[in-house]
This record gives sequence, C-alpha cells and structure tokens, in this order.
Amino acid sequence: MADNSSNQIRIKVENVSKIFGPDPKAAMAAVEGGMGKAELLESSNHVLGLHAINLDIRQGETFVIMGLSGSGKSTLIRHFNRLIEPTAGRILVDGEDVLKLGKSALREFRRKKISMVFQRFALLPHKTVLENVIYGLLIDGMAKPKARERGMEQIELVGLGGFEQHYPGQLSGGMQQRVGLARALATDAEILLMDEAFSALDPLIRHDMQMQLREIQARLHKTIVFITHDLDEALLLGNHIAILKDGMLRQVGTGAGILIAPADEYVARFVRDVNRARIVTCGALAEPKPIYDSPQAASGDSGWVIISDGHGGHGLMRAGSKHDSNTSGIEAAITIDASANVEEAFGALSRRDRPLMVMSEGRISGLLGWQTVLRALERSNEAEHKPPLSN
Amino acid sequence: MSNGFPELLDIRAFSIALDDGFTQIVIKYGETLEWIFLPVLKMLLGMEKALLWLPWWVVLLGLTGLAWTASRRWGITLAVAALTFGIGLIGVWEQAMATIALMLVATMLAVLIGLPVGIGMSRSNRMQTTTLPVLDIMQTMPIFVYLIPFVMLFGPGKIPALLATIVFAIPPVIRLTNLGIRQVDREIIEAAQSFGASPLQVLFSAQIPLALPAILAGINQTTMMALSMVVIASMIGAGGLGYQVLQGIQRLEISKGLLAGLGIVFLAIIFDRIAQSYGRRVHKTLKLED
Repeated sequence: MADNSSNQIRIKVENVSKIFGPDPKAAMAAVEGGMGKAELLESSNHVLGLHAINLDIRQGETFVIMGLSGSGKSTLIRHFNRLIEPTAGRILVDGEDVLKLGKSALREFRRKKISMVFQRFALLPHKTVLENVIYGLLIDGMAKPKARERGMEQIELVGLGGFEQHYPGQLSGGMQQRVGLARALATDAEILLMDEAFSALDPLIRHDMQMQLREIQARLHKTIVFITHDLDEALLLGNHIAILKDGMLRQVGTGAGILIAPADEYVARFVRDVNRARIVTCGALAEPKPIYDSPQAASGDSGWVIISDGHGGHGLMRAGSKHDSNTSGIEAAITIDASANVEEAFGALSRRDRPLMVMSEGRISGLLGWQTVLRALERSNEAEHKPPLSN
Repeated sequence: MSNGFPELLDIRAFSIALDDGFTQIVIKYGETLEWIFLPVLKMLLGMEKALLWLPWWVVLLGLTGLAWTASRRWGITLAVAALTFGIGLIGVWEQAMATIALMLVATMLAVLIGLPVGIGMSRSNRMQTTTLPVLDIMQTMPIFVYLIPFVMLFGPGKIPALLATIVFAIPPVIRLTNLGIRQVDREIIEAAQSFGASPLQVLFSAQIPLALPAILAGINQTTMMALSMVVIASMIGAGGLGYQVLQGIQRLEISKGLLAGLGIVFLAIIFDRIAQSYGRRVHKTLKLED
C-alpha cells in the first residue's frame, strides 16, 4: 500500500447531504437550521441519509468508506455515479461537477469514466459470462468482435478463463463476483466503485478476492472507492478510510492514523479489537528528531538523539550523558523501514534498550522507542466498560 | 320510489342523455370506426380462411411442432397431437378453426396493446394508480355490458365480438407485465444504469428479459380468457364453437352443446400446455438452477 498522498484529487465531495422523504428541500432547510436526524424523522417523516459529507479521493488510491448498516455508506457511493441525486452539495470528478451533467453527458460519464461492482453481483442471469463482461462495452456501442476480444482479456485477468460460455447461475458466489469485477474493469473506467463487493462471500473466498483486488490494483492503479462494514477489510485494502455513522463522517484518515488517534468515542470503540501491531507501521509512530553533528551540539537536548558521523552514517546517543569524549556513548543505530508494521519491530526493540531508527526511502524519518510502541498499542480502559457497539 | 329512497339524481334524464349521446356517436362515427377496423376484420377472416384451407393434418403437425419447440418434452407434444386429432374426431374441426382464429387475433392485439400499457405502468406510479381501478372495472363488469356499445357501433358480427374479447382478455397481460418489470432486482437495474445504459437499453437488456416469465404467464392467462369469451361472443356473431353451444341451448340439443364444449376444452388444454411449458423453459434459462 504505497502512500499516494502526493497525487492529485480525483473525486471531491463537497458538503453533500441527502434527505429521503416527500419534500427534501424543506427538510434540508430544517437540518441547516440545526435539526437532528431523530428530530427530523419525528417531526416531518424525513430521513436524513447523509449530512454535510466532505471527502477528497486521490488518483490511484483505494479509498474505503466504512460504516455499519444504516450508516449511509451505500447511499453515499451511489452519489458518485448519480444513481442517487444529493439534496445539497457538489460532487466534482476531475474538477467537473457531476451534478451539472445532462442526461446524455451523464451516460457518457458512466460509460467511460466510472464503473461499479455490486454487493449481490447484479449479473444478468440470461446472459453468459462473456456477454455480461462486455455489457458495458456494447452499451457504449463497441463492435461485437472487438468487445469479445476485450472481454476475454478481462475474463483471463480475473482468472475465469474457460468459463466464458457459462451462465452466472452455474457459478459460485466468488466466481460470480469475479464476473462483476471483470465487467467493471472491461470499460477501462479509471474510477471503480465497489459497493460491499465482497460482503456476500464466505470468509476464505473473501480473502482471495481481497488479495486479487490488491494484485489487480497494483497493476492498474485505478481510483477505487470501496464500501465495507468490515474493519479488517477496510484496513487491508484502504489507503484512506472514512468512517461513517448515521450519515455523518466521524473520521477520515489512514488506517494507522485512525487506530492510533481515533477521533471520538464511537471510532475508538469501533477499532478497539483490532490487532494494531499488525496494522500500524513504524513510520506512523516514528518521532521526528533533529540530527546533530556532534555529541556536544546535542547537549541541550534530552532523551535519545541522532548523531551524524559526517560520512553519511548515523549513531544514537542519550543526550546529556556524562561522556564528553567525541565518540564514546554513541551507539550504532538499528534501522527499520517505515512501511514495516510494528509487529516486525518487536524483536529488535526487545533485544536492546535503545530506539530504532526509522528509514523512509533512504531518509531518516525519526526514532521509535518501545514506550511509544506500548502507548500506541494500549487499549483505553474506559472503552472496556462501554456497552457493545450499537448501530 | 316506492321504498322512499330520496331521488337525489335524475337517473332517467341521465339515461336518456347517455343513450341519445351514444346514438349520436354511432351515427357520426360509426362508419369511420368500421373503416378503421376493416384491416382487423380482414386479418381475422384471412386467418380463418387459411386455417380452413389447410389440410387438417398440416394444422395438426403445426400445433404438434409448436408444442415440441415450446416444451421439448414428448409427453406434452403427444398430448397436444392427440387433443388436436380429437377435435376433428368429434366433428367440430371447422368451428374450432374459426374459434382459434378469433382467439389468436384477439390475443395478438391484446398483447400488442397490453405490453406497452404494462411497461408504461411499471415506469410511472401515477399511471399505475389510475390504470389499476380501470382494470378492476374491466374484469368485474359483466361481460354482456360490453356487448351493447360494440354491437351498436358495428352491428352484430366478428368485429364487435373481437373487441369485446380483447377488452375482457387484456387485463392479465397488462397487470403481469407491470408486476414483472417492477419485481426485477433493483441492483440489476442499477448495474445496467451504472454502465450508462439509456432507459430503453435498460428496458430491453434487463427489465423485459427478466420479467419475461411473468409476461408469458400474463399472455397465457389472456389466451385462456379470450377462449372463455367465445361462447358469449358468439351471441353477437362470432361464430365458431361458441355458436354451436348457443345453438345447443336454443334447440335444446345436449349432444351439440356437449361436443362443442368438449372442443373448447381441448383447445384450452392445447394452448395452455404450449404456453405454460414455454414459460417454464424461459424460467429455467433465467435461473439455471440445475
């Protein structure tokens, strides 16, 4: 999972709200006046589906929107290709306001730029695997022989070679979803929407599909918006994760960021049972430290500091230690890559009492001590006494 | 009124106005309407003639072949062949051909009109709420009531019989087309839309194929209802098996009524089997639960 934060923003969601009911505009005014979800339902029978959602989704990343059922995540993803129209707000894809597209421009947008994978596969049962895969291409008016050729490539890509003449009803759930994935990839759309795409599959198959998606993504670099209710899936796939509850965003960040610093009580309870050591990377925990040229220069600092030997090598020293000789007290630094997870650092940390030097692309990003690690892995006690997560 | 119910409406004046008004319509538009329906009449007569012109064994082979294509099962195919043979055996072949012609043309027109109406209903809730009560009335109003205006417009004959049959037989195909399309899985419709399919593309690539079993069930019911109208339609000149039954009543001939009635039953079984087995096969290809 490379960090793509430097890439350009592909999808920008600005202040999007969605209200279901007979008169959403009037209800929207009430919500802007400060009315809450429960109150709105009580007083006017309108359901606040989404409230003031803001998101930036970058080119080439997998952006996971996570929430339990009823949180509005499936509603939100349907806004990106306008299967659902928002009550208020803007959605920009490559800087263009999707909501301003006319009917034919919207169809063109759906044919070329964005495609979708569905929870219950949504394949056409009367068409063969190949016909399903090339559905989007034929809708776009591609000639059949060319579409078939393209379709066969996609079928091979998802590992369904030999099944192209089967009907969906003859395939297992996992295979059907591969067809769904191939169908979405066939149109060569740069944005892929996946609505709980793997939720209907049993755990082993789901894991296979997750791995396959990561593999395909490593090759194709699509911009993926992935919806799930499964935190492990979110952490495994997502470069960024947005947590949604009752139609409101609770937190947006990297998986590690959310685990280390949950924005509120709800998120904290959500992430409580995750094995952080396997998710949090050393880079996320590294404390940036200045690099000193000599032990003397570091005398004003405290704790462990980094000393450069002037030849590109680095050592560690406890600042303020009594040694005044130039070299004594400086110990060789053990390095670890920023992308390694904390679990991989356990061994090195346990053998010495000094911190590890965290390297990111050949540069020092900071030090990682065992105290920091323990603090990050600690589960807050308060959370233990809370009632289980409710929706 | 003798029971003292207050006369709030002047029913007599209303009746006179309605009757007079309709008579005016008949005088003004009767000929135009007859002219409009001339092609339909020609089609009906043409089909009747063709069926009678064909040697009986060709019709038998045709129906048997149809049964085989629809069902791919020997049992049904043989039953259809035997029943068709039976119609000739009990001596009502000619009348049966006239009845088949009327039924087929009525069903064809009912489907031609009913499909678009059903599709329209499935796409608009307002159209559904206005059309459903009309269908209810069409199905509960005694059939004889339809006969009056049609006979007035066209005079006794095949056209009013055909139109009354269509009015009576069309509701199932409309209802089931509407229902079938509305029951198509939402996610599949969304999938089609998400790939940029236009409403017409969604209709023809997803909605109609997936609603086909329901639509076929509707067409089957429509066929059966058209067949059940033949006796009543014969009162205004439809001819065919129904007329035989009517004659049986008028002359008090049990045998005549019974044989013609049997002929109707045979026809019903033949067309029901063909339509049903075809519907079942479509269902199977959609689900493929093998």
